[in-house]
Amino acid sequence: MSLVEKTAAQLQEMIHTKETTIAEMTQKAFDRIEALEPKVDAFLALNKERATQQAEEMDRVPFAERGPLFGLPIGVKDNIVTEGLETTASSRILEGFNPIYNATVVEKLKEAGMVTVGKLNMDEFAMGSSNENSYYKKTKNPWNLETVPGGSSGGSAAAVAAGEVPFTLGSDTGGSIRQPAAFCGVVGMKPTYGRVSRFGLIAYASSLDQIGPITRTVKDNALLLNAISGHDDKDSTSANVEVPDFAAALTGDITGLRIGVPKEYFGEGVGEAAKQAALDALKVLEERGAICEEISLPHSKYALATYYLLASSEASSNLSRFDGIRYGYRTEKAGNLLEFYMNTRSEGFGDEVKRRIMLGTYALSSGYYDAYYKKAQKVRTLIKKDFDDAFEKYDVIIGPTTPTPAFKIGEIIDDPLTMYANDILTIPVNLAGVPAISIPCGFADGLPLGLQIIGKYFDEETVYRVADVFEQATDFHKKTPQTWEGAAQ
Amino acid sequence: MNFETIIGLEVHVELKTESKMFSPAPAHFGAEPNTNTNVVDLGYPGVLPVVNKRAVDWAMKAALALNCEITRHTKFDRKNYFYPDNPKAYQISQFDQPIGEHGWIEIEVKGEKKRIGITRLHMEEDAGKLTHTGNGHSLVDFNRQGTPLIEIVSEPDMRTADEAYAFLEKIKAIIQYTGVSDVRMEEGSLRCDANISLRPFGQDEFGTKTELKNLNSFNFVRKGIEHEQVRQEQVLLSGGFIGQETRRYDESTGKTLLMRIKEGSDDYRYFPEPDLVDIVIDDAWLERVRAEIPELPDARKARYVSELGMSPYDAMVLTLAKPISDFFEATVAAGADAKLASNWLMGEVSAYLNAEQKELEDTELTPEGLAGMIKLISDGTISSKIAKKVFKELIEKGGDANNIVKAKGLVQISDENTLREFVTTALDSNPQSIEDFKNGKDRAIGFLVGQIMKQTKGQANPPLLNKILLAEIAKR
Amino acid sequence: MAKMTKEEVIEVAHLARLAITDEEAEHFADQLEAITNAMELLNELDTDNVEPTTHVLQMVNVLREDKSIPGLDRELVLKNVKEHEGGQVKVPTILE
Repeated sequence: MSLVEKTAAQLQEMIHTKETTIAEMTQKAFDRIEALEPKVDAFLALNKERATQQAEEMDRVPFAERGPLFGLPIGVKDNIVTEGLETTASSRILEGFNPIYNATVVEKLKEAGMVTVGKLNMDEFAMGSSNENSYYKKTKNPWNLETVPGGSSGGSAAAVAAGEVPFTLGSDTGGSIRQPAAFCGVVGMKPTYGRVSRFGLIAYASSLDQIGPITRTVKDNALLLNAISGHDDKDSTSANVEVPDFAAALTGDITGLRIGVPKEYFGEGVGEAAKQAALDALKVLEERGAICEEISLPHSKYALATYYLLASSEASSNLSRFDGIRYGYRTEKAGNLLEFYMNTRSEGFGDEVKRRIMLGTYALSSGYYDAYYKKAQKVRTLIKKDFDDAFEKYDVIIGPTTPTPAFKIGEIIDDPLTMYANDILTIPVNLAGVPAISIPCGFADGLPLGLQIIGKYFDEETVYRVADVFEQATDFHKKTPQTWEGAAQ
Repeated sequence: MNFETIIGLEVHVELKTESKMFSPAPAHFGAEPNTNTNVVDLGYPGVLPVVNKRAVDWAMKAALALNCEITRHTKFDRKNYFYPDNPKAYQISQFDQPIGEHGWIEIEVKGEKKRIGITRLHMEEDAGKLTHTGNGHSLVDFNRQGTPLIEIVSEPDMRTADEAYAFLEKIKAIIQYTGVSDVRMEEGSLRCDANISLRPFGQDEFGTKTELKNLNSFNFVRKGIEHEQVRQEQVLLSGGFIGQETRRYDESTGKTLLMRIKEGSDDYRYFPEPDLVDIVIDDAWLERVRAEIPELPDARKARYVSELGMSPYDAMVLTLAKPISDFFEATVAAGADAKLASNWLMGEVSAYLNAEQKELEDTELTPEGLAGMIKLISDGTISSKIAKKVFKELIEKGGDANNIVKAKGLVQISDENTLREFVTTALDSNPQSIEDFKNGKDRAIGFLVGQIMKQTKGQANPPLLNKILLAEIAKR
Repeated sequence: MAKMTKEEVIEVAHLARLAITDEEAEHFADQLEAITNAMELLNELDTDNVEPTTHVLQMVNVLREDKSIPGLDRELVLKNVKEHEGGQVKVPTILE
């Protein structure tokens, strides 16, 4: 009996028919993680003892009291705070940090009855597109262990792709869910800004960060978003809007749906394979009754610069609290307070984090604020307006998720600008705050490619409906990487 | 050369809300270290602030009481700086859209009235408390972290230390009347920094200013400014320059000492707080808060002058502290003569509080108790002198003046026959005094009154005793 | 924009409380210059009449009632603190 490749509904059916139990399923998840981790390196910390105990208790809960995700295993990105389970955001500066509270989403997972099996590797403080910026380990892409899984939620995407867990949570500031989902051939959703509480998400760029689900199928993704969405009194930026049943939106019908296809997403800097896969995907959707039209998002080319200025500025402030005083890493070399601060932070942060703190500090400093930070805030207004205008006429906007498939480990790590360019197609979405999903839509040289479907504010339902129609019409999501062979089932 | 002193004050006031500015931890003074905090106050990874509604109401209330215009679209900003008492390494404050601007208050120094401008009033969060142990490390208590603060910045409109003192006194009074803070300097709920510069009379531009900190009492504000004024004058007269620096007032020497030199302006990298949304204040909200503002000291003072016939000075002194003024009103309401009540409060009561270093609410005195005593004075039951004994009992132990007077047998002797007996005895035993009086020595009467008072334990009705004594001595 | 000098990099690093060596400063100067040059692209746009965006959602007045919840047990407050004394958090002396 294999648990791998199963959807939430299939797993629940197996539990119902007593083919398996929650305890057994949890044990199998850990077995598989242990078998695959030497290759994949997706997990930082495992929650085996508590998860095992929790699973046994859950088997005693009557079926009538269980929801669709009850008893299913989930992995959580390491920038989401988990009480009593080490949380580091893959940074040395949080080495050994043992949180005394749970993020709101973690509380919601508990309410849904999900079993948290462990914490997932990422680029340090979510800064990066390859997972190479983790202080602890480099996660590999299950499709080719010499390539990166993408980032920053690389561990979350790789763990799902490798079949270690069926569900994970990631976070997305400039593409950090969608880009690794595309690289690893899984489904990753960045919800509308404000849809999911950020309380307990270790902030990178507060005005852009959003937590979202990574899964094998669109339906499971919708189920997990159902579980984590909703207004939170502890997050002033969480929207007080109704949460629909996203899974119920998968009607299979996209007749008459208007799709905007931005020419900028098929332009310079986007590889042929990515373009072709997206164009092929659009044909599939047209065959299912959708209407595709070329549109323009004229300020797209300014998004990258805008993003790096705003995100780095906010990050420079958000990461100032890591000073070794109340928690985390603390230098051994300090005669006085100034040395204490400087040594703790220099020893605790990696290069990319330092680079962005420096850029952000510079952009906010007196004399440069108007030229950089404020200018970027104004351009953000223009980028947002591009989307507002497009959504007057179109239901969704579709293009490739990334310009290329996964690249080799070490290939561009020393070239920040090339690395940043990975996110040119995902960044505008965060700047506007709208929702977007990446789903598998093809392969190039054996590596997956992603299709990005962007929706209107709080209209994740339409995004899911389109994604589901595509998934039903194709079998990209059914392909499995080589890593699986010989691993525990 | 003669110099004009230019003074501006920055006043921080802690709001006495139940919870903190951005977290639900309790905002109370005096708890055990690090027991009134939560993960938000401690700046844990992932935490987020949520604005306390009452703190906004109260900041607005204070701003309105200081005649500020309310900014209808206001927001919070981050002020970035590293310090161990500042856990997030940024303070959530307000930068370019403070909740109040362009206010003013009126002060009075030596009978001269003057209007002092308020540049701005903004909301922010207080920092924790850092104690230097002196042996290589410091200790941090985060209890105070996140307590709601308002910062009031004055225009550089003051010219003397007395004006600064009067400004601070008036700010304290107004805030106290609004009820949003305890404004106790000794507990740190009122704090003050002063900016001081000198310029030759007639010059338009300001000189370089220094910022004076560690002004822990009203008197230190006055003394610190006075010293800084002299220091700057000496530097300038000897051909030196004033550096842009922060100085602290040293209580033991009465001098100001250099803390640090400011290099340019500190680069706080202010930017809009992305974790909080803007605040938009509509008419209904503004008017609701305005309606909650009680009668303020100036209005009350005017009423005492016009309705109670009090002198403007007395009215000013009496209205300076709200507890005293409220107590006064309650005493009059309980039937006491207004003039006597105000004399007692400004005299004996205030002397007692000063001597004992107490606040009125920390004593046993009640308005009913004081009124009862004043009524006994008014109807001649007790003399003013006896009243002082009753007062001591009232303020220390409480109770009813009538009962005290009865229990201690303090009722004034106003019966003529009884008094005449005392007089006769005194005259009989002091023939020399009679002789002296007849020889024109008026002091002899004082001696005799003293003797009789001793005999009656001070209970003789003084005017009646005088009258009888003069009549009896004339008969000898 | 003007080239970011090594000195500027050191100044920014100080503001951010990051200790960097001269070598690192030069390396960062090159990289940050490349990055800030890329940011220059924004100057093509005339944004004189454009309002800045801090929040994408038009929400205002998110406020909580003034109700308190007891503070954390001090044991929890100090759980992740490496050095403390008498319930207070210990930090090195301030010596600027």
